[in-house]
Amino acid sequence: MRWTWIDRFTAFESRKAATAVKCLSLAEDHFADHFPGFPVMPAPLILEGLAQTGGILVGEANGFRENVVLAKMSAKFTREAYPGEQLTYTATLVDLGPTGGRVSGTVKSGDDLVAEADILFAHVGPDQLPPGVTDSKFVFTGELQALLKTAEAVAVTPAATAG
Amino acid sequence: MPTKDEIFEKVRTTLVDALNLDEDDIKPTSRLKADLNAESIDFLDIVFRLERQFGVKIPREELFPESVFAGDPAYVDGGKVTPVGLDELAKQMPFADLTEFRKDPRLDKVEDLFTVDLIVNYLQKKLGG
Repeated sequence: MRWTWIDRFTAFESRKAATAVKCLSLAEDHFADHFPGFPVMPAPLILEGLAQTGGILVGEANGFRENVVLAKMSAKFTREAYPGEQLTYTATLVDLGPTGGRVSGTVKSGDDLVAEADILFAHVGPDQLPPGVTDSKFVFTGELQALLKTAEAVAVTPAATAG
Repeated sequence: MPTKDEIFEKVRTTLVDALNLDEDDIKPTSRLKADLNAESIDFLDIVFRLERQFGVKIPREELFPESVFAGDPAYVDGGKVTPVGLDELAKQMPFADLTEFRKDPRLDKVEDLFTVDLIVNYLQKKLGG
């Protein structure tokens, strides 16, 4: 199952902030059921996109050496999001430590605020792997790799900003 | 240097935000898990918030040690913490009040040592109080 809920990164500043976009298409399966005749983007999928934006920001801060998993989140929605809109996810790194990190984030459509959230991520070590997961690096693999390249493409490095 | 009451007020604000509680729910003697319904992931959240609130680095193991006994049979026997284990506990959790625990040192009661007062005592020491 494909589980990438952002299309690409548009800005990435290591250990500071990341911005990604997601275009909502009526062709996406979930719009058929959510809801018939009234397609709106399911709120958890919007938050998943924001969490992927923030999770990659937290993961990159440690060179993707840690498995970063979503631990806790509080969110507030101000309006629905509809097919045809482009959502902009912005995540700002608030805390970072050996055990995890926290980002605050917004979801916008144009200038319109759709949602805001505070997301806590935890680092999961090899000894804390859930049953059945044998790969000690199970987060930043597979389809996320292509996404990481879009982050690299727009990354601002401290050296680049200094000049 | 902040007083103990001032530290408590700030810790209470932190716990209100982290655990979604009312101020009145939080007393110095409140146990984080049993009384305030904190889950293990909340401890990570609380540490981050305290660091920001007080402007200090808090190694998680210093405030909330996770495996004091590390499965060592010298420390735990028949579900109870042994005298040697109690010494180890006192060493690793110098900010906990062990008075009640010593009377009935059941292993499953160790988590009750994590109280609001434990955090306040820790921070008081950390901030040089």
